[in-house]
Amino acid sequence: MVERASENLDIVIAGVGGQGTVLASKLLAQAALLEGRMVRTAETIGMAQRGGSVLGHVRIGQAHAPHAPHAPHAPHAPHSSHAPLSPLVPQRTADVLIGFEPAETVRALGYLRDGGTVVTALQVLEPVSATLNGLPYDGNAEIAWLRALAAAPTGRRLGTLVTVDGAALCAELGSTRVLNVILLGAALSTGSIQLAPASLTRALRALIKPTYVTLNERALRRGMEATS
Amino acid sequence: MTDRRAAMSTPLTLCMGNQALAFGALKAGVAVVSGYPGTPSSEILETIAEQVGLHHLVELHVEWSTNEKAALEVGVGAAFAGARALVTMKQVGLNVASDALMSLPYLGVKGGLVLIVADDPGPISSQTEQDTRQFAAFAKVPVFDPATPEEAFAMVQDAFDLSERYATPVIVRPVTRVCHGTVPLDTDFVPTPRKASGFERGARWVVFPQRAFEGHREILERLPLIASEFSTSTFNTVSDTNPNAPAHLGIAAGGISYAYLHDALAALERRDADGFANGGDSRGAGGGLHGLGPLRLLKIGTPFPFPEARALEFLEGLSEVLVFEELEPVIERELLQLVGAHRLPTRILGKLTGHTVAAGENSVARIAEQLGAFCAVPASPQPIDVTPTNALAGAATGAGATTGAGAAGASAGAAAGAAATGAGGGDATTGASATPAPPELPPRPPVLCAGCPHRASFTAVKRALRGRKAVFGGDIGCYTLGNALPLDMVDTCLCMGAGFTIPQGMDRVEPDVCHLGFVGDSTFFASSLTGVVNAVYNRSRVTLCVLDNATTAMTGSQPHPGTGTRVCTGEALQSPTQGATAGREAQAQGTTGTRDTAPALSIPTILRALGVEQVAQVDPFELEKATEAVRTAVDFDGPSAIVFRAPCITVAPPKPQPTVAVDTCTNCMSCIRVLGCPALIVRAQQVTIDETLCYGCGLCVNICPFDAIAAPASADSAASANSASAADSAAPADSADDGRRDG
Repeated sequence: MVERASENLDIVIAGVGGQGTVLASKLLAQAALLEGRMVRTAETIGMAQRGGSVLGHVRIGQAHAPHAPHAPHAPHAPHSSHAPLSPLVPQRTADVLIGFEPAETVRALGYLRDGGTVVTALQVLEPVSATLNGLPYDGNAEIAWLRALAAAPTGRRLGTLVTVDGAALCAELGSTRVLNVILLGAALSTGSIQLAPASLTRALRALIKPTYVTLNERALRRGMEATS
Repeated sequence: MTDRRAAMSTPLTLCMGNQALAFGALKAGVAVVSGYPGTPSSEILETIAEQVGLHHLVELHVEWSTNEKAALEVGVGAAFAGARALVTMKQVGLNVASDALMSLPYLGVKGGLVLIVADDPGPISSQTEQDTRQFAAFAKVPVFDPATPEEAFAMVQDAFDLSERYATPVIVRPVTRVCHGTVPLDTDFVPTPRKASGFERGARWVVFPQRAFEGHREILERLPLIASEFSTSTFNTVSDTNPNAPAHLGIAAGGISYAYLHDALAALERRDADGFANGGDSRGAGGGLHGLGPLRLLKIGTPFPFPEARALEFLEGLSEVLVFEELEPVIERELLQLVGAHRLPTRILGKLTGHTVAAGENSVARIAEQLGAFCAVPASPQPIDVTPTNALAGAATGAGATTGAGAAGASAGAAAGAAATGAGGGDATTGASATPAPPELPPRPPVLCAGCPHRASFTAVKRALRGRKAVFGGDIGCYTLGNALPLDMVDTCLCMGAGFTIPQGMDRVEPDVCHLGFVGDSTFFASSLTGVVNAVYNRSRVTLCVLDNATTAMTGSQPHPGTGTRVCTGEALQSPTQGATAGREAQAQGTTGTRDTAPALSIPTILRALGVEQVAQVDPFELEKATEAVRTAVDFDGPSAIVFRAPCITVAPPKPQPTVAVDTCTNCMSCIRVLGCPALIVRAQQVTIDETLCYGCGLCVNICPFDAIAAPASADSAASANSASAADSAAPADSADDGRRDG
């Protein structure tokens, strides 16, 4: 029962300000919208974004009402048939956590539901304070811990773990700016996100400057292959 | 937006709450829009400006005003002349505009006047957790409190209608999560600003005491009428979770807390359905929500004037009511008052009784927890910390030692805790021992961007004052982040404008200490001019440092009176980058604006005109000159000023990157310890420049004691831009928005 996905799909995106997490949320939301589903997103945009930890929340519900609702309707049981009204994914309910950086993935793990899927990039971004304090941070402990959780015999805290060598794939694609789309591709390939890859491609075309569409389409495909 | 919509097969567009608010105003026929940037409100006005450009709405005026008071008064003028006017700001901006706001209801308006004042529970990007619902009640102005972006869209339209019908200003007060939340919305219409009927002279527009007395009576007459109208509004609803079972317990929720309540109830019911329901005693068996029993819900979307009739309908027959709202206990107090006045036997529980959290944001988890306690059932399989938390705890103190675990705030602890207890999937006892301890995560507080000119300015001041006792007044903007180590250059920060006035007070107490005040360029125009006049008039020996980065950076690069651009003239259709560049060029050429370019007010000229005798303008990246200018200013006998002028990286292209000469570099770490630049990292035990972050400012070249960092030889401009739309492509632009007011 714990692993039963609700009819709603909650995704949390964790990264560092500047890594492209906002676009990743927008792409998922756009893809959901294209499939006729209700979607709500929320971003950390604020003071924290200047190189700080950032979170994106994407909440995908069932088909949206044909006429956009004005006031939120009063809830009548059964509530579970309703798409979420609030923008933030509650703690321990995210079906998928997409982490752009090992420490940020671990920092956001509290959002993941038991048995949920984690897709994380391996490349670290060393915070200024860590550099200053001379504290060692290479991400190895974070990744090792995630692997231990995924392998824990007694628990299903973490159902599926996918690690992505984002830096290598970015290098292969010739751009440091496509980590977000690579990770989306990897997340799609886990099967935990019930959105058609074609919808993501259409979302790319709707939201990304034409010059960069081809690059990002390649990034999406490469991300999907990376986990197979 | 229209082009994009065409590329999709849906009539709906994803809209941020701030866009929804803007489209609501456009739908209502707004004709004049003014505001001052401030997170989380900034995109409202920008969205309208974008639509003006898109549809060539020449009859719709949009402006970034100098500050919120100016913005409100411009809106008031438009409304006096019969136009529909919208004024946008964040909650602390209302403090600046409050002089106008407090008198305005006494006069009333002719055209509809709506203020959108964005509140910031948390606070996430603000200096207070003040509650605009309470401010509205204080000013006797009706207020709407949307639960979702969709509702915000509808409310703005109703607010204009109400404003005109009752000749009163109206406030709409979204919170950050509504402003920054995104939903699909149908925005496919061409806005048509309403024709204004024109100003009609008369005694009612002049607030003499006699008029104020009459105005007060008018206010007191209309508020009960509005309250009664609110009692039948679809924004205020009463519903039962089980219409077939009488409820004895009630839940009241206002604004976004209603959305959290909705989802908490759904989550609890899902848990019941999953068989999570436990042995806890349910006080009201047989309800729709098995564990909780039947509940009656009151949703409040218009907290002032309070919809009493609707609330009385809700209270009928209830023994206890739990109230969920963020910030002040506004609804709770209204219900208490009603219960008292009507001698009802209902207990009202909430912040005042310690049943809900007094500070910070609500959340689904928090509400589920408190709801469970209220209904006497264990609400949640996992422990939830109900102590107030702040998502940015530690951010203000930056990289200081105190931030250890706090920098990334609530989620860090939650992650570790939830993971540790959660391995058993509901059976915590087996899981806890089997799961390895989570690693200690490096804190990641926000920092000044790589290439930020403020880092250079702070470094110059620091060098100039080495060995001298100095205090640095700070203000509201990106540069408040100069507080973080290693810069450590912000000793005070109170509110907009105080960056230069607080040092004046300090200097009277400790005249032997050097007192300097830092303000941004937008802040300079918004709130610092009176402080400059004060220093000149009172002959204060303080030094003003204007950090002029040619934009209002922290809120997303808005133009201001010094940029030579406006949000909505000919250049409105250009990108912010082009606009700012055009402005700087205009200023460099000494032109004060053409037909298509706004006048670029020169800060040094203004300072001299205000009587500051010692004024210097420097490029902070010319470190030696800048340092010398600081020494001269500080030693001047009287008020002095330095304008540090270099553009923000969000409005200037990157330059070629310097390189670290591995042979010469001793890894002494000076560059890192002095600058704290995010692009200076240690990779494989070697100081390195991160090529994805470096903006090529070259500051580190000047800092290295061994000359091991070399400026680039050739101009091989870097950085292929990302994928995305402008708002998302460049590193800092991902932040498109940000911060507190100013820059």
